[in-house]
Amino acid sequence: MENYDIVIIGGGPAGLAAAVSAREQGIDRVLILERDRELGGILNQCIHNGFGLHTFKEELTGPEYAGRFIAQVEEHNIEYKLNTMVMDISRDKVVTAMNREEGLFEIQAKAVILAMGCRERARGALNIPGYRPAGIFSAGTAQRLVNMEGYMPGREVVILGSGDIGLIMARRMTLEGARVKVVAELMPYSGGLKRNIVQCLDDYGIPLKLSHTVVDIKGKERLEGITLAEVDGKGKPIPGTEEFYSCDTLLLSVGLIPENELSGGMGVELNPVTSGPRVNESLETNIEGVFACGNVLHVHDLVDFVSEEAKAAGKNAAAYVLNRYPQHADGAKCVPLKVEAGVRYTVPEKICPERMEDQLKVRFRVGNVYKNCCISVYFDDKRIIHKKKAVVAPGEMEEVVLTKEQLLEVPALQTIIVKLEEA
Amino acid sequence: MEEKKLICINCPLGCALTVAMRGNEIEAVKGNTCRRGEIYARKELTNPTRIVTSTVRVLKGCDHMVSVKTKEDVPKEKVLDCVKVLKEVTVEAPVRIGDVIVDDAAGTGVSIIATKDVRRA
Repeated sequence: MENYDIVIIGGGPAGLAAAVSAREQGIDRVLILERDRELGGILNQCIHNGFGLHTFKEELTGPEYAGRFIAQVEEHNIEYKLNTMVMDISRDKVVTAMNREEGLFEIQAKAVILAMGCRERARGALNIPGYRPAGIFSAGTAQRLVNMEGYMPGREVVILGSGDIGLIMARRMTLEGARVKVVAELMPYSGGLKRNIVQCLDDYGIPLKLSHTVVDIKGKERLEGITLAEVDGKGKPIPGTEEFYSCDTLLLSVGLIPENELSGGMGVELNPVTSGPRVNESLETNIEGVFACGNVLHVHDLVDFVSEEAKAAGKNAAAYVLNRYPQHADGAKCVPLKVEAGVRYTVPEKICPERMEDQLKVRFRVGNVYKNCCISVYFDDKRIIHKKKAVVAPGEMEEVVLTKEQLLEVPALQTIIVKLEEA
Repeated sequence: MEEKKLICINCPLGCALTVAMRGNEIEAVKGNTCRRGEIYARKELTNPTRIVTSTVRVLKGCDHMVSVKTKEDVPKEKVLDCVKVLKEVTVEAPVRIGDVIVDDAAGTGVSIIATKDVRRA
């Protein structure tokens, strides 16, 4: 069996940044396993611009952003295997994978970084009634067909869900000559960025119908049309508001789910809110030496933040391999983070003050749109942070920065609470 | 005096901006909660521009398509013209990031460049 110091599962933005970071910490034996035929992950199909403003201080397209990190991987001579599917990871870090050249093989890793990303929620998760004709795609599938394969899925399009991929595809399909009739969103607010609503919908006169959903699908072999209806406060269709749209294509942009079958299989504990692993301040899961970063951990809005998180995971995994990572047996104690009022989750979920960097970003999402509120952090009963925000929304990830100094000042600290309060 | 309405794109607040115009001159911007809103409104109503991204068919490459973009932003009303120009274009692999695909896109004076490497098959 081959041995590596760090095996990284996935060669998308998270895996690439983690690999470069681990190598920069002095780890020689780093291996990336990627199931696609090229590195870069989903960035390769995101041909629009807007990536990299934080990381490179310029606006890049997805393939260009991936290209920068792939170049770093090549410069560092980091090993990677393409067209390689990881089948299983054992608790003691034996990775079982397969590809056409080597067949089925096993690799023993000292540390594993989970960087598998996420996948799209499909029609089956939505309970839309009606037939199952051809012409219904997830927005990301359509994106791949148009941008990489060079096929148009259809000519008359309705999009359900106003996530960013759906908005981006509304513009893309329009530019390629399709007619996008409407974007419908179940919630009373869009899950996408304001910039995308203006530049992908308003620029092309595509209507966005909030609090609307698809209640019927017409067509047996090929999609012929869909019926939209307005929904009430509980998401139930309101009778009498139905409206028929003829179309040959329905795109679904209704959320992303971290892809954690491998993690679950090896016994990594998952958080039901994020569907990603529960991690500590070092992005380590409940299994020692197994780290997670990027969209497999929690779905991000910006790839720049994925790269930043992955860099930390790579560095921490390197510290673990080099035995520079204090273990709980050495007296390291963890403080749990709890969420209240309006905050849905935090990453990480616990912090070891001795092990944390001088500054630690705690990232989280809120459950609704709140205006004029404060993000507050309590150390037990004492309020440490009270940050005023004009608006917070589920579609925009938030963060607070905690310092090592703050935590070390309170040795008896039991719980850190993150919540929203009135301003 | 004419009133124009637009949504600010700088942050999730999405302020509804109302702009008072006299001909092509902006008299006042209302509804913004910060300075960025006014800057955005002035640019968007006097000289709106966009980066255009699309794809071009590749011959003899590992991929069927190569992604491309305008090297700089172009006037908003030229976006569709830029895309139309690309419909007629094919390139032969290999293609490198930054290779010029079209010299002058639809009379904008801006070139269109490749944004992905495509190796020869």
